[in-house]
Amino acid sequence: MTPSRAAFAAILGKDLRSELRTLQSLPAMALFSITTFVIFRFGLDRTSLSGSLAAGVLWATLLFAAVLGINRLFVAEREEGGFDAIRLAPIDRSVLFAAKAAALLVYLLALELIAVPIFALFFLDSVAGLAPLALILLLADLGLAATGTLISSMAVNSRARDLLVPLVLLPLVVPLMIAATGATDPLLAVGGPGYHRFGTWLMVLGLYDLIFGLVGYAVFDFLLED
Amino acid sequence: MYGKGLRPLSIATVAALAVSLSLVFFYAPLDADQGFIQKIFYLHVPLAITALVGFVVGGTFAIAHLRSGNRKWDAYSYVSIHMSVIFGVAVLITGSIWAKASWGHWWVWDEPTLVSFLIVFLMYATYYPFRYAIEDPERQARYASVFAITAGAFVPLNFIAVRMAQSLVHPRVFATANGGLPGSMMLTFLCSLAAIALLWMTLVKFELTAKSASGQVKRLRRALDAPAPGGASRIAPEVS
Repeated sequence: MTPSRAAFAAILGKDLRSELRTLQSLPAMALFSITTFVIFRFGLDRTSLSGSLAAGVLWATLLFAAVLGINRLFVAEREEGGFDAIRLAPIDRSVLFAAKAAALLVYLLALELIAVPIFALFFLDSVAGLAPLALILLLADLGLAATGTLISSMAVNSRARDLLVPLVLLPLVVPLMIAATGATDPLLAVGGPGYHRFGTWLMVLGLYDLIFGLVGYAVFDFLLED
Repeated sequence: MYGKGLRPLSIATVAALAVSLSLVFFYAPLDADQGFIQKIFYLHVPLAITALVGFVVGGTFAIAHLRSGNRKWDAYSYVSIHMSVIFGVAVLITGSIWAKASWGHWWVWDEPTLVSFLIVFLMYATYYPFRYAIEDPERQARYASVFAITAGAFVPLNFIAVRMAQSLVHPRVFATANGGLPGSMMLTFLCSLAAIALLWMTLVKFELTAKSASGQVKRLRRALDAPAPGGASRIAPEVS
């Protein structure tokens, strides 16, 4: 194992272990998303959803729940001196970006394992669209993990931590949401899943993941210099 | 040192604006379809192009800052983005006027060009709260540069994503091979674009000069041991 890969595994393992022991982020994210579904049920006054409305409710909820986790992503590093330790360690700083993004990806996938079935249970008449939805979820999560890690690492060192993440992240993920809801909309349409422009939207998601993965990887070094 | 060349640049800008405005009102023909309101096109489109290019230029300066560590580039990046945000407000206002006159609504949601510009504008509007939430000036400059680079990569991506969800209400006059414009309109448009771009450069230079002057005053005061009236200002990066 190369030093970088060992460091990656160590940081990712540390994050997942501490999340499993303290349960700081995930339960809150899951609970938040379920409560939001209930609020949408009464806000829209609908008991079943389909098409663009279903896609919008699902993605808005997942995005806001993700913001909760992204807010907390670097809090331990900041408060317990993890940043200093990383700076001292003889490893590439980008490893921290990759490991943190991977941890966030795991959180998001875990969140969706809980929230999406509950969404289907609450609102959907048929579950046929859920299998292809998994692909969209995975691609959107990759992009969200990249941008979320980047923004979170900057916001955590500022005075207005909890404020900055939603403020800066939301406009940044608009293209991601456009593509994700665009692909989800026909999948959840009445009368079975459709695949209108499914491939095109997946390509947009992939492009987003690629660009922000690379940007994050390239600029992350400069956020740790002090 | 930033003031050097400011006067000729300002004169050139005023002359270019005068020429392009007289071309707009006295030379360019009335649009057969839209009539007089089409003339706002000569203001709106150059403003939008200049603002978007300005955002990307700000990102380029940010790369220069991170590569060289010279704070001067951060000030350039800040001022570029600042001026482009101001131009962006003008774009949204002139665009709304045009939309009301030719489509009948102040705002049209299923129009990709409008929506993507709004998203880019909102993205850059968060530059200010983001920047001023970080106290240490050195870190502030670094983080602001990272933001400017990320947002600079976001501009083209956003246009792709929004255009995929597209309709075709917004006139795309340059989309056809020869540009759908008659020569006289094209000439007027290019003059306006040059004038607005010059205006942008002049304003950027003015702001940099002002910042550098106030930075010098501050340093002189410190040398004379006289505290600045009203305390230190957090507004904007300092220029040496």
